[in-house]
Amino acid sequence: MTEEAPRETTPPPLQPIQAPSAKERKYDRQLRLWAASGQRALEESHVLLVVGNTAGSNTSVAGAETLKNLILPSIGHFTIADSAKVTEADLGVNFFLEESSLAKSRAEETTSFLQELNPDVQGHSIKDPLHDWLPKQDSLKPYNLILLPAEFPIVDTHPDPETVQDLRLLKPWDELQAAEKELGDLSQMTDHDHGHVPWLLLLLRYLQHWKQQHGGQYPSNFKEKTEFRSFVRDQARTSNAEGGEENFDEACAAVLKSISPPTLGSGCREMFNIDSCTHLTQASANFWLVANAIKQFYDKHEVLPLPGGLPDMKATSAGYIKLQTIYKAKARADIAEVTDTVRKLESSLGRPEQIAGSEIEQFCKNAAFVRVLTNHGKQPLPELRLLKGDEKTLTKLPAMLTSFQSISEVFLAMNIDFIPSSTLSELKALEDMIEGGTLEERIDKAIEEVTRTLGHEMHNTSSITGGMVAQEAIKLLTRQYVPVDGVVIWDGIRSRTEIVKI
Amino acid sequence: MATDTITNGTVSRARWQHLDTILATASPYADEDYVPGPNTVSALESSKILVIGAGGLGCELLKNLALSGFKDIHVIDMDTIDVSNLNRQFLFRQSDVGKSKAEVAAAFVEKRVPGVKITPYNGKIQDKDEEYYMQFKLIICGLDSIEARRWINSTLIDMVDESNPESLKPLIDGGTEGFKGQARVILPTLTSCIECQLSMHAPRAAVPLCTLATIPRQPQHCIEWAHIIAWPEQRKDDLLDMDDPEHVSWLYQKALTRAQEFNITGVTYAMTQGVVKNIIPAIASTNAIVAAACTNEALKLATDCAPFLSNYMMYTGDSESGLYTYTFEAEKKDDCPVCGQLAQNIAVDPVTTLEDFLGTLAERAEAQLKKPSIRTEGKSLYMRFPPGLEQSTRPNLSKKLEDLVSDGEEVGVSDPAFAIQFKFRLNFAK
Ligand SMILES: [Zn+2]
Repeated sequence: MTEEAPRETTPPPLQPIQAPSAKERKYDRQLRLWAASGQRALEESHVLLVVGNTAGSNTSVAGAETLKNLILPSIGHFTIADSAKVTEADLGVNFFLEESSLAKSRAEETTSFLQELNPDVQGHSIKDPLHDWLPKQDSLKPYNLILLPAEFPIVDTHPDPETVQDLRLLKPWDELQAAEKELGDLSQMTDHDHGHVPWLLLLLRYLQHWKQQHGGQYPSNFKEKTEFRSFVRDQARTSNAEGGEENFDEACAAVLKSISPPTLGSGCREMFNIDSCTHLTQASANFWLVANAIKQFYDKHEVLPLPGGLPDMKATSAGYIKLQTIYKAKARADIAEVTDTVRKLESSLGRPEQIAGSEIEQFCKNAAFVRVLTNHGKQPLPELRLLKGDEKTLTKLPAMLTSFQSISEVFLAMNIDFIPSSTLSELKALEDMIEGGTLEERIDKAIEEVTRTLGHEMHNTSSITGGMVAQEAIKLLTRQYVPVDGVVIWDGIRSRTEIVKI
Repeated sequence: MATDTITNGTVSRARWQHLDTILATASPYADEDYVPGPNTVSALESSKILVIGAGGLGCELLKNLALSGFKDIHVIDMDTIDVSNLNRQFLFRQSDVGKSKAEVAAAFVEKRVPGVKITPYNGKIQDKDEEYYMQFKLIICGLDSIEARRWINSTLIDMVDESNPESLKPLIDGGTEGFKGQARVILPTLTSCIECQLSMHAPRAAVPLCTLATIPRQPQHCIEWAHIIAWPEQRKDDLLDMDDPEHVSWLYQKALTRAQEFNITGVTYAMTQGVVKNIIPAIASTNAIVAAACTNEALKLATDCAPFLSNYMMYTGDSESGLYTYTFEAEKKDDCPVCGQLAQNIAVDPVTTLEDFLGTLAERAEAQLKKPSIRTEGKSLYMRFPPGLEQSTRPNLSKKLEDLVSDGEEVGVSDPAFAIQFKFRLNFAK
């Protein structure tokens, strides 16, 4: 079990100790999620909370809770716009008020108690009623996150690590094929070497073998893949002390998920078809230039740039590092090709500045999971409640209400003022197999519950809403992760959520 | 105006008008036990409730409980405040670093919400006995340690006395990791318990020692090597303290040097800390969601104003579709080693030594026992305590399982970390 490490001739110099800064220590638990780039984006943001005051939609507590969850991780600035004065009822639901706040401006009082949470954040307040300050020119200019652009691209979507592996076993490039050839005759290997061939090379070897026996075709369906897996399993040596080989076990476990031709995900396909991607102008955002270059890459090679990551696998250190180098080198070559295209685009469009190499690199690595959210109506502020005359949403209601485990009747009840009574009777009459009563009973219960609690807040409901809104705000501000596209309904009676697209 | 609200130390009821209105009207979702009105409010106010953990979830739980009308809240936490808590534990400030979490959190909420009494205990849950836990109406856990969850779970199950309904203490458990979290309600002995679902908390597969010693491939392997091999070899007289920057720097430098020897890149100081301390990412917003969901269940259990969660909600805020929740009824297992009546089946190799078998109990997802003692119905196979028994059973450690038990025999395993004995049935694998 001993092995000579591939030593360098001179011992490497010790790097100076980079102990974390005070800021890195304070924000350590979140930097592990969105890294320094996400943190920088948060710190550059200014979030405006507009408190609505219509009956049944008091947003002051959910808003304060949202801000708490954004101030703690350190947004740059926040502003609360609320013209109300603090009442006794506020004290029972809003944690960021005290006895001494009574009858004072709710915006100012909440701002000062929230401000205490984090000295790195600046708080501001606006006491004037919304209709006084909103119409002023540029009144919304200082704030992020309020105006939704027509297209909102996200490069770093943090896909599930289980799904991201792109190893190109069915589309190996020359260097990878050469590494497999270099193995030579496996049967001549010592037990140690045989037990340390990385599973990836084993599969490449046996896939060639399979192809030769199956008219040049790779195993494609489940039956063929399981057959192929048995074949691989039979190649393991069992005469050794362990009675088997870990690398062969890993190879068998990888067969089903690793032997698939590379496909283009729906997010990427949509991106390639968006006008901004195909019709570049001098003023196009950096994102679209890189997207266009990646599309050209895809059109030429029928694959995206290689992400270049390699999962850990049983291997010798040197053998693993060698394979890792092959993947990294290919990823770099792909990035170089995309960069080259980007530079050509830049010069043909006459753009004054070059896009940073790191931005192109990040895009290439995440290309398969890039998402562009679109706002087709191009409304700066989409209506989040169902409005009278929103025929499209009304026609979707029957399907929503009768779908499995739906809680859509809560959404219906909360928008009851906008539903024509004839529509309501039709909905109640729908066939429905969901347990817990007929659809009519479900709808009536939801309406009764919403009516009885109308205008009254429960702190838990506001707090959970504030948590969800803050998570979504963080996604939008850091431009990482995939935000919700639609309206989230939370049903605290059944502890369920549902997303409704309006 | 402010002077009107506090008269002779009692707080005006006006501040509770939202809650009072909701608890004074009938709900179509509540069952017959719910009688809206002042009785429900007083039932809520007299419900003594225990919060375990005053960290990320605990701070939120205390705020939520106080604003949900609970008046008598106890909180246990053995930790002191660290600077890395401040990004989410909103009851603490920079000047509180080093103080008791339970004490600072309790004092803050008591001051902010007049009329609520919060009793802190700065110590371990294991310091307290059944009599202590018996005083509560229900218990909410906001812990990051699976060991502590298992301890309180087994203790509450052990407390259940069928002839005394008051002995059944509902347990509400919350947990978070990054953008994900879960909330669940456990009725000890009646519904699925922590132990029934233990395999959902499987420990990360340990990297084989020979990989660390001879064939490292990942930066994490180099860090584990520095932690598990280099430290005990080179600094055996120093107790490793991951909060000591000198210790972390030493591990980091060792790991870095080793990584360079093997041409491995990516070892950083933050990664060293993360690997050795097993740091779980944590943010305020996820804690807010999970804690509010848990408190909502506490309010339902205390007032019957709506049916409580049956029994598990998973929240995923970083999914491909934005977010989703999965609410389901986790199954109670007949062979749960804690709440089940039957022994749990466990496949063993008959030629394994007892010592090796006991070693695997730490890693098996369904057991996770670190200091097990084991006995059959008739005899002690290996007991760690008392020393005399340890000495007399030690020779069994090197014996094969087939020489100690028969195929399919039931054994009892105890561990100092738990109040109860785990029952396993050892089935010989061919
Ligand atoms: Zn159980």
